[in-house]
Amino acid sequence: MEQLWSLMPEFWEGFRVTLLLLVVSGVLALVLGTAIAAMRISPVPVLRGFAAAWTEIARNTPLTLVFFFTAFVMPMLGVRAPYVLLAFVALTYYTSPFVAEALRSGINGVPVGQAEAARSIGLGFRQTVSLVVLPQAFRMTVPPLINVFIALTKNTSVAGGFFVVELFATTRQLANDNGNIVIPILLVAAALYLVITVPLGFAAGQLEKRWVVSR
Amino acid sequence: MSGSSVLFDAPGPKARRNSLIASVVAGAGLIALAVWVFLILAAPRQSGGVTLPGMFDGSRWDIFTDPEVWQFIGRGVLATLQAAAVAAVGAVALGVVFSLLRSSEHAWIRVPTAWLLEFFRGMPVLLMMLFILLVASTGAFWAVVIALIIYNGTLIGEALRAGLAALPRGQREAALSVGMRYFQSKMLVEFPQAFRQMLPIIVAQLVVLLKDTSLGYIVGYNELIRTTMNNLGSFYGNRYMFSLFVVTLVLYLAINLSLSWFARWLSRRTASGGGKARKGASTPEDPDQALLVAEASAKARLSDQR
Repeated sequence: MEQLWSLMPEFWEGFRVTLLLLVVSGVLALVLGTAIAAMRISPVPVLRGFAAAWTEIARNTPLTLVFFFTAFVMPMLGVRAPYVLLAFVALTYYTSPFVAEALRSGINGVPVGQAEAARSIGLGFRQTVSLVVLPQAFRMTVPPLINVFIALTKNTSVAGGFFVVELFATTRQLANDNGNIVIPILLVAAALYLVITVPLGFAAGQLEKRWVVSR
Repeated sequence: MSGSSVLFDAPGPKARRNSLIASVVAGAGLIALAVWVFLILAAPRQSGGVTLPGMFDGSRWDIFTDPEVWQFIGRGVLATLQAAAVAAVGAVALGVVFSLLRSSEHAWIRVPTAWLLEFFRGMPVLLMMLFILLVASTGAFWAVVIALIIYNGTLIGEALRAGLAALPRGQREAALSVGMRYFQSKMLVEFPQAFRQMLPIIVAQLVVLLKDTSLGYIVGYNELIRTTMNNLGSFYGNRYMFSLFVVTLVLYLAINLSLSWFARWLSRRTASGGGKARKGASTPEDPDQALLVAEASAKARLSDQR
C-alpha cells in the first residue's frame, strides 16, 4: 500500500499529460471537424467530395498507423517537433471525421418539416438556420459529441506507445519497475481513466434522456 | 433535412454561377495543395551531406518486385485477419451473454452486470491488453484477442440490450400467453428479432474491432503494422519506410472500406426487408451513436407505456 502510495506523483504526471492530450486535441478536432462538416453540407460540390473522402479515409485508418506516420514517417520527412505535438496532430486527424459525422447527423436529424414550416411563414435562409434548425440540431449533437470525446480519452492511450509519457506509458513503466504490485498499479490506471470517462458518459446519457423525450 | 434546398430558394443563374466559381476556386486550391505535397515528397533531400532520392524514386520502391516481400506482408495481413476473426466470434458470443445478463429479471444479476459493463466500457483497450499480458501472461496474440473480445463484447451486449428493450411489449406478452417461459420467450421470440435489428450496428462494431487489432503493434503481436513497419522496415532500412507505410495504409483501407461497405449494404437490406416502420428511420453509421439513438428510443418507448 505504501509502495503504491509512493508512486502517486508519477501517476499524477501521466494523468496530467493524458488530460493535456484530451483537451488540446479535443478542441483542435472540434475546430477541424466543424470545418469538415461545413464543407460536407456546403453547396460547392468539390468541397463536398473532399470532405466525404477525408471522412472515409480518416475513419478507416487505424489510429496506430496514424501515430506511426506522425511519430516515425514525419520526422523522416524532415519535420522536427516534440512527440507531444505530433501526438496532437495524430489524435486531431483521427477524431475530426467523428466530430464531423456527429455534427452532420445532428443537422440531418432535424425533420424537413421544421425547415419547410419556417420557410412557409416567411423566414429567410439565415433566420431558418439560426432560429429553427440549429437550436434543434444542437441538442441532438451534444450527446454524440460527448461520446466522441469519451472515445478520444481512451484513444490518448495509443500515444503512450509512441514516445509520449502519458498515463498508459507511465503505467507500463511502473508495472515493469514494481513487479510485486502489478495488479494494483493497473487498477489505479483504470480508475484514473474511469474518472474521466464515466462522468462524461453519465452526462451524455442524462442529456440524451432529457432531450429526446422532450421532442 | 437531407434536402438542403428547403433552406433557400432554388438557385437562379447568378447563384449557380457563383457556386460554379466557388467550385472551380476550391478545386484549384485542392489541386495546388496536392501538387505541393507531391513536390515536397518527390524532392531529393539532404541528410548529413548525402543527397537521398525523393519519395517516388524507383530505388525506394524496388523491394516490392520481390515476391518474398509480398509473402511476408501477406503473413501480416493473415495475422491481423486471424486475430480479428477469433475476436469477432468471441465478442458476439460474449455480447449475447452480456445482453441476457443485463436484461435479466433478477436485480442481483442485472445490477452487477451493469457495473461491470460500465467498467469495461470506460477503459482503453490498450490498458486491458497490458493487463492480460502482465497478469495472465498469455502471450501477445491472446492478450490482443481477449482484450478485444471483452471490450467489443460489452459494446455489442449494450447494442443487443437496446434492441431487446426497443421491441414492442406485445411480442413478449404473446409469447408468455402461449405458455412459453421467460427464458424461452427471450431466446425464441425476442432475441432473434433484437439481433436482426441490431445487425448493422454489430457489423460496424466489428469493423472497429478489426481496426483495433493494430494495437497489437504496441503490445508486441506481429500483425500487419508490426510486420511491415517494424520487421520489414528494420530489415530494409529507413529508405523504404515511406513506401512501406503507403502499402500498409492502402491494405488497411482496402480491408476496412470493403467491410464498411458490407455493413452499409447490410443495414440497407435489413432496413427495407424488416418492419415497415423502420424503413424511414435513419441508421447512423457510427456504432456508438447508433447505440445512443437506439437506447434513447427504447427509453422513450418505456416512458410512453407508463
